[in-house]
Amino acid sequence: MAQSVAKPVEHLELGEREDIELNSLGMWVYLASEIMFFGVLFTAYIVYRHAYPQVFAEASKFLDTRIGSINTLLLLSSSFTVALGVNATQRGERRLSLMLLAITVILGLGFLGLKFLEYSHEIENNLFPGGSFNYPGTNPDQAKLFFSLYFVMTGMHALHMVVGIAFVSTVGFLTWQQWITPQRYAPVELAALFWHFVDIVWIFIFPLLYLVA
Amino acid sequence: MEPEIIPRSRYVFVYIGLVVLLAATIFASTFDLGVFNTAIAVTIAVAKALLVALFFMHIWGSTQLTRIFAVMGIFWLALLIGLTLTDYLTRLGGG
Repeated sequence: MAQSVAKPVEHLELGEREDIELNSLGMWVYLASEIMFFGVLFTAYIVYRHAYPQVFAEASKFLDTRIGSINTLLLLSSSFTVALGVNATQRGERRLSLMLLAITVILGLGFLGLKFLEYSHEIENNLFPGGSFNYPGTNPDQAKLFFSLYFVMTGMHALHMVVGIAFVSTVGFLTWQQWITPQRYAPVELAALFWHFVDIVWIFIFPLLYLVA
Repeated sequence: MEPEIIPRSRYVFVYIGLVVLLAATIFASTFDLGVFNTAIAVTIAVAKALLVALFFMHIWGSTQLTRIFAVMGIFWLALLIGLTLTDYLTRLGGG
């Protein structure tokens, strides 16, 4: 059979199995660099939490666990819908795929909406580590480290959410334009890989920042 | 050779698993178990990340090469955190 003959790379058509594997591999190389990007933030977190365990536990109580939990559920659900979206694209179910990608984007926007609502409450309560930082608990200088890490980690995560939403919207548009087909679905798979990665980052942010107490 | 199309039920089971683990981590955080709180929270987070990486990101069923790259990402992270902590955890008094 023809499938036993390996084609040279330059003869591969976009959307063939080999192509999906190559695309995914490239995405994983990029995601490895992203692991290191967020890795330094988590390392800084571990070092300072180890240094001031009591202060971190106390400062964590000022975060809104309810919004954090709902946002975690939104992100887990969005990973589920984007995974089903890739699956529907492979099956040639274009309408279903479009609907699932749209739900993914809506869940992502919902996450960002709640996140910014949460940020505005925290800034109102002077928990943003800027000029007007006014922490009501003990050891405000050390608590400032916790809130710096909180705003940088969740802020960088939110920025990745914006990119993810743009990425999924783009492949959704390409699906709508019928450019994406079951034989040419690599962009959908790669957008989903990025989306899942951002979800995994949040899976660690949520317990480490919100559930310390 | 067409890529194998995964049955939708697998994604449903993984999603149910993720939601159950989320409920578990929130539930566990309501008890004061000392250092075990963090151990449980991190263990559950790793379990959730594994579910997402293996089944949503298709590491399960991917080529060996892709798996190596995914594992290397974790390996460098372990080096980063591990070597940093060999410093901070071994400083005696006012580090």
